[in-house]
Amino acid sequence: MAEMVSRPYERAFEKHALANPDVLCLSADLTSSCEIDKFRDNHPDQFLSLGMAEQNMMSFAGGLGLAGYRPFIHTFGVFCYRRPYDQLMASIAYPRRKVRIMGFLPGITTPGGMTHQAIEDISVMRSMPNMTILETGDATEVESICEAADSIDGPVYCRVLRGSMPRLFDTPIVVGQMREISMGDDVLIVTAGITTEEAMRATKALEGAGVSVRHLHLNTIKPFDAATMLDHINSVKGGVVTLENHVTEGGIGSLMAEIMADNGVGKKLKRLGLNDTYAHGGSRAYLMRYYGLDALALTQGIEELMGEKLGITEQDLSEARVDAVHSLAKAEGL
Amino acid sequence: MKNEKTTEDIALGIRRRVFEHAMRNNGGYLSQACSAAEQLAWLYNEELNLGAPTLPMIPKPFEGVPHADNPNYHTGAGYNGPFEADLDRLFIAPAHYALVAYATLIEVGRMAPEGLEMFNKDGSSVEMIGAEHSPGMEVHNGTLGIGLSTAAGLAWGRQKRGETGKTWVYMSDGEVQEGQTWEAIQCCAHHKIDSVKAIMDVNRQQCDGAMDSVMEVGDIRAKMEQFGAVVAECDAHDLNAMRDAARTPHAGKPLIILAHSNPFHAMPILEERFPRLHYVRFKSEEERARMNTSIADALGVDPIDYEGAH
Repeated sequence: MAEMVSRPYERAFEKHALANPDVLCLSADLTSSCEIDKFRDNHPDQFLSLGMAEQNMMSFAGGLGLAGYRPFIHTFGVFCYRRPYDQLMASIAYPRRKVRIMGFLPGITTPGGMTHQAIEDISVMRSMPNMTILETGDATEVESICEAADSIDGPVYCRVLRGSMPRLFDTPIVVGQMREISMGDDVLIVTAGITTEEAMRATKALEGAGVSVRHLHLNTIKPFDAATMLDHINSVKGGVVTLENHVTEGGIGSLMAEIMADNGVGKKLKRLGLNDTYAHGGSRAYLMRYYGLDALALTQGIEELMGEKLGITEQDLSEARVDAVHSLAKAEGL
Repeated sequence: MKNEKTTEDIALGIRRRVFEHAMRNNGGYLSQACSAAEQLAWLYNEELNLGAPTLPMIPKPFEGVPHADNPNYHTGAGYNGPFEADLDRLFIAPAHYALVAYATLIEVGRMAPEGLEMFNKDGSSVEMIGAEHSPGMEVHNGTLGIGLSTAAGLAWGRQKRGETGKTWVYMSDGEVQEGQTWEAIQCCAHHKIDSVKAIMDVNRQQCDGAMDSVMEVGDIRAKMEQFGAVVAECDAHDLNAMRDAARTPHAGKPLIILAHSNPFHAMPILEERFPRLHYVRFKSEEERARMNTSIADALGVDPIDYEGAH
């Protein structure tokens, strides 16, 4: 089984901030919820409490950028862009301030319901010129997100996982580089964030049913390496399936559709995710099943794509272990 | 920079330039020149500690927006001089005052008069609503309410670095209808950002008309004080009162000067257009001619020969 890691962000942020004195820690009244409460207590000179006032926080962060600081904004992803969209655009994205927006609780990873679930954040950020988008899918990616984000010459929005999470990878995020998890040639599965673990589980069952899976994990969503992705699309005999913790419009499903259409690829694309719907409050496992974001939904989506039943059951999936990917270079040797 | 003119002369010069521009272009932000001329003249001629301009007197054309592929991009802040620890910064929060701000830059010798000829022309950086790349601008403030927050962030950072320069914001009273203004004031107070100073043009006008008819805002001073600012008030056309207001102690708190202005000051005929003063476009050739004669007389210049203009 994959190793489980507790609160990797807490340690990673402290390490990065202490090594970079121009990094500032900003919080909007969600300090312990974003795992920066110890940092607040231990390093108050590098911490700024901005309260429940996100519009001011975004423009204020832009001003800090003007003063040469690199503020890390900590709040739930949904609060980074819905209310303060204008400030995000005018004070951060347009002038390319080096503001690092750490959006916690991406998609349905919160039982908080509609007001707390950032289900269209990638879509919003993708359409914002100058914005970079990163997403974490395991403990190793969370551990490397601060350094990766802080390497960007401009603003960056990150979907960050909190709490306990598996370690799937043992190499840090390399901005712009997708992870090749399996390199089969029947279908291409593209995932990011928490759906990657689901796809790894589904892959075991699919391979057992005779389907050769090529599975790619994205941690950099914008800018995007379309040329490399096109090679992967052309390397499978069948179609492409995306599974995302996000609405199916504007996220990685749309990203794949754009690449395929731009290049005249005559293959089917199945986009799985929140299908033009809001979610409601509940556990992650319940919501992933209810809204079709889990391994079972993925295998069903592949059956539809291939037009044949594969006979994969829930029992097959629950028995499929997910092991760590020990080397990017030998990712196919799972 | 050495003061070559009195602040009164600069204020008069601003109004004359905006008047000429409005006549030649069949309309413009005339009322903002009435209310704001002394405030901007005072800031640039007396209060702000600025270095010499770092950008050409005749503005360069539009050179593209900020982008990874546009490495030579720069803002218009260079018209206010270089960024130095002991020098001040200025944000024009209501970017709609750009025409008046450009006229000020000309009057204080920071931009050539040719700059105003480029106003609102396609391909020009001298934009109608001041952009980041427009002369004298450093950030986009076209959406009202974001200027004070940006200044607060910059000022906090400058204080942390031990810089002594102030961060000034030119504000408009309509901005107090925006919630962000109040977020910014409480933030300045909470973090003791007292290098932020603002002067607000309280002309009680907004785009739709008189503020009281659009959305009553009540007692601005009392509200700002409750949110944690030190507030001083003055007649926006009385320079001595403005100077006194700026000397108000405000340790640990931002200073906001409420400059009560007359939206027809020095152009009394504009009262005919009350309450639609935000952008004065002449309704007829007869009105244009009549205002030309009246305002020229009030400002002590000859009527503008706008035949052949727009």
